Amino acid sequence: MNDIVKRSAADIVRDVSAKRISARDVTEAVLARVDEVDDRLGCYLTRLHDRARQQAQHVDERVAAGERLPLAGVPLAVKDNMCLAGTRTTAASKILENWIAPYTATAVQRMLDAGAIPIGKSNLDEFAMGSSCENSALGVTRNPYDLKRVPGGSSGGSAAAVAAFEAAIGLGSDTGGSIREPGAFCNVVGFKPTYGRVSRYGLIAFASSLDQIGPLTRTVEDAALAYDAMAGHDPMDSTSIDRPVEPAASSLRDDLKGLRIGIVKEFETAKLGPEIDALYKRAYEELAGLGAELVEVALPTADYGLATYYLIAPAECSSNLARFDGVRYGLRVDGADVGQMYEQTRAAGFGAEVKRRILIGTYALSSGYYDAYYVKAQKARTMFAQDFRKAFERCDLIAAPAASSPAFEFDSKSDPYSMYMMDYYTIPMSLAGLPALSVPCGYAGTPALPMGLQLAAPLFEEAKLLGAAHAYERATAHAAKGTVAV
Amino acid sequence: MASDKIDVRYVAKLARIALTQDEVERFGKQLGDLLEHVNVLSELETSAVPATAQVVESTNVERSDEAGPCLDRETVLSMAPQRQGAFFRVPKIIAEP
Repeated sequence: MNDIVKRSAADIVRDVSAKRISARDVTEAVLARVDEVDDRLGCYLTRLHDRARQQAQHVDERVAAGERLPLAGVPLAVKDNMCLAGTRTTAASKILENWIAPYTATAVQRMLDAGAIPIGKSNLDEFAMGSSCENSALGVTRNPYDLKRVPGGSSGGSAAAVAAFEAAIGLGSDTGGSIREPGAFCNVVGFKPTYGRVSRYGLIAFASSLDQIGPLTRTVEDAALAYDAMAGHDPMDSTSIDRPVEPAASSLRDDLKGLRIGIVKEFETAKLGPEIDALYKRAYEELAGLGAELVEVALPTADYGLATYYLIAPAECSSNLARFDGVRYGLRVDGADVGQMYEQTRAAGFGAEVKRRILIGTYALSSGYYDAYYVKAQKARTMFAQDFRKAFERCDLIAAPAASSPAFEFDSKSDPYSMYMMDYYTIPMSLAGLPALSVPCGYAGTPALPMGLQLAAPLFEEAKLLGAAHAYERATAHAAKGTVAV
Repeated sequence: MASDKIDVRYVAKLARIALTQDEVERFGKQLGDLLEHVNVLSELETSAVPATAQVVESTNVERSDEAGPCLDRETVLSMAPQRQGAFFRVPKIIAEP
C-alpha cells in the first residue's frame, strides 16, 4: 500500500496546496488501492477512474493558477443515493440500476468545487433503509476490520471505503443513524449535521423530514473540513437552513474545560453487557479527564424513539417512493394496463425491506389509522424535541453510545425488528434534528472490534460539537490502535 | 390505538405493489409484529402536545416566481423506459367502453 492513501484529508490539502504532491499522484495512489482491495470489500458500486483523473487534472491546474482550494486533491466516496451528473446513481436498488443522473447534488457539487476527487459511488442499504448494508440489491460490502462482518448502514460503503483507505472523505446520509452507526462499526468519524444544514437537493429522498447528508472521515478535523465545504443555504432545497454557518475547522479544541456533558439516564449501558458497559463508562471518564463536567440528564421519551421513527420514516418513504412507477425513468415491467404496470414494476424493482417500509407507511397514513399512528408519532416527535431542549438547559453536549454492539456477522439479524434496534441510540437525535456524531472510543468483543461514542449538540451547534470531538479524539487516539484486515 | 390485524393485500393495493402469496404471509406477520412494537406509543400522554412535521424552526419559505435553468428535454426523455416523440409512453389508461 502506498502511504499516500493513509493521509488525512487535511494533510492532503496542505501538501497539494503547497505543491509538494499533485492531486494526480494522490488520485493514482487511491485508484490503485481501490483496484487492490475493492473486489474483496465491495465498497463501491461504480468506480469512477476516468472521472477522478479528469478532476485531478482540473484541480492541479487550478492550484497551479494560484487558487486556494479547501479540499484540494481529497479522494471522495459518494454514497450512491446522491446524484453526480453523467454517472450511474442507483440507491442500491434494481429500480434505478441503470439510471444516469442528469444533474449533480448540491452537497456533491460543493465538494467538487472545493477540489475533492470523486473516486466512486459507494454501496448502501437500498434507498438508505437499513443498518448493515445487507439490504443493497446490487452488492455486498464487507467490514474492513473483519470481512465476515457487516460495515453497518446504511452508509456502509462510504464508511468502509474511508476505513480501508479507498477515500479520505465519504459522503453519507443519515435518517435514523445511517452515518453514525457505520462510522462506529468501521472505526471512523461519522457526522450528521443539524437537519437542514446541508442541502438535500440531489439526494434521493427516503424520509424528507429526517434525511441529512454528512461526512465519514478518519479524523474529526477532516469531518470539519467537509462540513465547512458543504454546509449552508441552498435555494434548490426549501428546507435548507438560511442562517450563517460557523466555520468548524477553526473551532477545534484540545480540551473540554468549561463544557458540561450530559449523560442520558435512560441510556443505561449495563444492559449492553459488562464489557460494553465498561467501555462506555471509560469513555465518559475520558471526557471528564479532559475537563468536562459530567451531568446526568433525562430523556423520558427514550424508549419511544423506535416506535416514533418506524412510523414517521416509513410514512414519508411510502410517499417519496411513489414516484418510482415505471413511467419516466428507471425500471419498467409491462402489464396489461397502467395499474398492472405500476404494480409489477414496483414488485420487481423494490427489495423486501423497501416493500415492508412502504407497506407500513401506507398503512400508517391510510384512512382510519392516520390519527392513531402518524399523528400520534408526530406528537411523540414534539416530545423528543422538548425533552432535548430541557436536557440542554443543563448541559452543552450529550454523550451516548453510537451503537449497542460492534459490527455483527452477515445474516445474523433475520427478524426486521432486531435490525431496527440497532438505531436505538441514534434515532432520538434524528427525531429532534440535532447535530450528532460518532467518534471511535475503543474495541469490544472477540475478535476485538471498533465501537463508537456518540456526541450530540443543540441545533446549529456543529462547531462546538466537532470542537469537543476533536479534543476527545486527540487525547484518546482510539482509532489508531486498530488495524484493518486488508 | 388501533391494533387490528393488518390487511396486507389491501395496503399493497394502495401502495401499488404486487405481492406473491409468500410475501403476503411473510410481510403480514412482520408488519403485525412491528405494529405491536409501535403500539407502545399509546402509553404516551399526548393530548396537550402539538404534532410536529419538522423540528428546525422553518416558517413559510418563499421565492420569487422566476424561470431558471432546467434539465434539457432530450436528456430527461432519453431515460424514459418508453417514449414517443416528446412524450412518455405508457400502457392504455382509459378502458374501452
